Amino acid sequence: MAEGSNRKGLSLSGRIVAALALLLALGATNASDAAGLGPDGARLLLTRTGFAPSEAEVARWADLTQAAAVDRLLAQTSKVATEPAPAWVDEAIVRPRDLRAMSEAERKAERRTQVRYGLELRAWWLTEMAVTPTPLTERMTLFWHNHFVSAQPKVRYAQLMYRQNTLLRAHALGNFGSLLHAVAHDPAMLIYLDTATNRRDAPNENFAREVMELFTLGEGHYTETDVKEAARAFSGWSLDPERAAFMFRPRLHDGGEKTVLGRRGAWQGDDVLDILLDQPATAQFIVRKLWVEFVSSQPDPQRVRVIADRFRSSGYEIRVALRDLLNQPELIARDQDNALVKSPVELAVGLVRQAGGEIVQPAALAVRVAGMGQNLFSPPNVRGWPGGDAWITTQTLLARKQFLEASMTRAASSNGAAMAMNNDAPAKAAAAADVDAPRQFAHAMRALAQVPATRIDVAGWLKSAGAFPERAIGEQGAQQLARDLLVLPPASPPGAEALGADALRALILDPVYQLK
Amino acid sequence: MKPARRRFIQQGAATVAAFGWGPASIAVQTPPARLLVLLELRGGNDGLNTVVPVTDGRYFDLRPRIALRDDAVVALDRSLALHRSLAPLGALWDAREMAVIEGVGYPQPNLSHFRSIEIWDTASASNEVLQQGWLSRAASTEAFARFAADGVVIGAADLGPLAGGARAVSLADPERFVRQARLARDGQVAARGALAHVLQVEHDVVHAAAQLRPDTTLQTEFPRGAFGAAIQNAAAVASTRQVPVIRVTLAGFDTHQNQANTHAQLLHQVGEGVVALRAALQEVGLWRDTLVLTYSEFGRRPRENASAGTDHGTAAAMFAFGPRVKPGRFGAPPALGRLDENGNLPYAVDFRSVYATVLNDWFGLDAERILGHRLAPLAFLNV
Repeated sequence: MAEGSNRKGLSLSGRIVAALALLLALGATNASDAAGLGPDGARLLLTRTGFAPSEAEVARWADLTQAAAVDRLLAQTSKVATEPAPAWVDEAIVRPRDLRAMSEAERKAERRTQVRYGLELRAWWLTEMAVTPTPLTERMTLFWHNHFVSAQPKVRYAQLMYRQNTLLRAHALGNFGSLLHAVAHDPAMLIYLDTATNRRDAPNENFAREVMELFTLGEGHYTETDVKEAARAFSGWSLDPERAAFMFRPRLHDGGEKTVLGRRGAWQGDDVLDILLDQPATAQFIVRKLWVEFVSSQPDPQRVRVIADRFRSSGYEIRVALRDLLNQPELIARDQDNALVKSPVELAVGLVRQAGGEIVQPAALAVRVAGMGQNLFSPPNVRGWPGGDAWITTQTLLARKQFLEASMTRAASSNGAAMAMNNDAPAKAAAAADVDAPRQFAHAMRALAQVPATRIDVAGWLKSAGAFPERAIGEQGAQQLARDLLVLPPASPPGAEALGADALRALILDPVYQLK
Repeated sequence: MKPARRRFIQQGAATVAAFGWGPASIAVQTPPARLLVLLELRGGNDGLNTVVPVTDGRYFDLRPRIALRDDAVVALDRSLALHRSLAPLGALWDAREMAVIEGVGYPQPNLSHFRSIEIWDTASASNEVLQQGWLSRAASTEAFARFAADGVVIGAADLGPLAGGARAVSLADPERFVRQARLARDGQVAARGALAHVLQVEHDVVHAAAQLRPDTTLQTEFPRGAFGAAIQNAAAVASTRQVPVIRVTLAGFDTHQNQANTHAQLLHQVGEGVVALRAALQEVGLWRDTLVLTYSEFGRRPRENASAGTDHGTAAAMFAFGPRVKPGRFGAPPALGRLDENGNLPYAVDFRSVYATVLNDWFGLDAERILGHRLAPLAFLNV
């Protein structure tokens, strides 16, 4: 214990020094943009905290200082989505026992239903992101989806994935401790990390390990013994198959004493979560991850420490950490060193919002986004999408460019009636979902990906930069458009003689458009 | 700090090599065009239910529910039994093209999926963090310079052993890759950070696409499903003879719960996939220069858990396939009587010894220099 209090003493003096450094950093920011963010700063801030904004939106934020803009962003967040949920979200799930009793044909039908629900769920979330008045809420919901990972292939039930999504949104900017406890009891999570099958006689370590490695402390801050002991504390946590809800089964719980991170007691699962929250490593782990999401790819250790200390002392109020992070000068600096790669969702939703366009076939967009490496509700593993530069591989870069190019074609930019013909594509794809015919299913999904997903009003978009599709863009127009669309100068700028539509297409396909 | 990426055309290095000085000394000799196919079994493959210690009574005691008995295994010889799903591999065993390396692991094992695969991919020690994949380090020798790309990864987004410097191409389908590649441009712009990465990937696309176009249609029939398609695409890429390394990933081996069916299905795909790959590469005359290696971030706990599954473990068996493999068994059977304090197996072979053999004997490179240590090689190759 002496060692513990000693550490506390050290971190207190360290905290004072670091807090001063932070104040200086914040002060410098405030001083430099006391006159307001300007269009460039506003565009960067809105892109990085949400999705690329339209020029009309940029104009509404340009006069604010960074601090005022961040306050407004944090004030207008929401705990619920605006889009009506898919019709089936309250349907009871088929109990595993009933599933086993089904005939092969019935089971297949059930699988198809879940594939269709899964597609509709992805479509619903993408639509929400495209229309939400508070993009930061959705970005944080997505951040937690990628932190507290659960994936539909293992969870199986789209209803439970939806429920988890609403949980993540409700806590997205709330309290991290409450979120951690709530997620640990969440049915999708109980299934995804096998907590629901953890029993006293031979505990399943899956959740106990990942909660330390990926949800709180980070690798290297716990031992194998901690994992084993924590697994005992989570034994008896289960899922009531009737209600698909959390249930504690005392007879399967190991009520004995456990030692977790040096603390001994007859811990229950929730006690272990509190022990984890008490560790400074947890605050630092979360703040570092948020930094990489919003600020830059290289977290500054000193500023991270200061923000993490404030985060922890606030009792893990997510807003406290976010306010500090979003006020960092990197967020509004047009600079190669700070640029981050847009996730596939940010690329697709950002295109639509920036262009004042709309999603005409959300299921098709979901499949395209999956093809770029981000299949919503189905991260590749419990660590989630690694993000950053890893979003861009030879394969995903081509998928991104193909999507962007398709969005710019005439078919996608006109309000063509041709699209109506393809409205049954999602239903067709779901109907082809059959484990015995994976090729047909893959084919149906590819067909769905070919359906125009978005409608972009090229003429309207160009007009906001004073340009026209079939008229030469001119020197000044090209520069203005590049500034509106890209966070850095283009790698290959369009010439002054390029027609407006061609200049727009060139800038969208420019490598810099992949960045934020 | 990110290591600088190697540019596609290494004219400088090649010229230097021709005069026999400078970095040329890394290569022991000019190696033949050889192919290494890595099959990654992602999630931690249960080694004990893959190569099954049927003659060890402790195995059955530790796994009352999930031990494989009698007709659940296929016996390759008197003491070597595999999961029944791997029965197709019998053809390779009979053709003397298969080696089983048992007990592969490393000291101070890490049981995190992500840290452990990083250790495998970078060939680091357990307490050492390296940035570059072991094959990226090999790729920085001029032995790989004649290829269109250093490696192709199929079935996973990360570059694994090819991360951090190799000219690695990730693709799902080579024909589509080539078709779409027209969208990439090869601009020469000085850049830093994320932009440098995007520009480098564009560059990789443009250069690889020019040469990775498969020109033969394979007659071999491939298994159905995503992994069958991945194997087919691996064979198509291999047939161009423009890459020395292909990694194919099959995920889903993290069998904490009710593992019997899941594991059987996964191994079934592995067995069928390897057989199809062999047939396809025989068809294009490439099999004789091919080495296939399976690996996983770790094996699983010998004692089953209460969910009829297994938790993260340590050492497990690897397979090596190919006409130049020395057939038989290497390493040591699982020491179920010597489990560590977490109930996990000790290792018999350091995975870096396997890598050293691949680098030395397969690619003719200086393994000690690439791996940074002298490791006793394991003589599982006839070269």
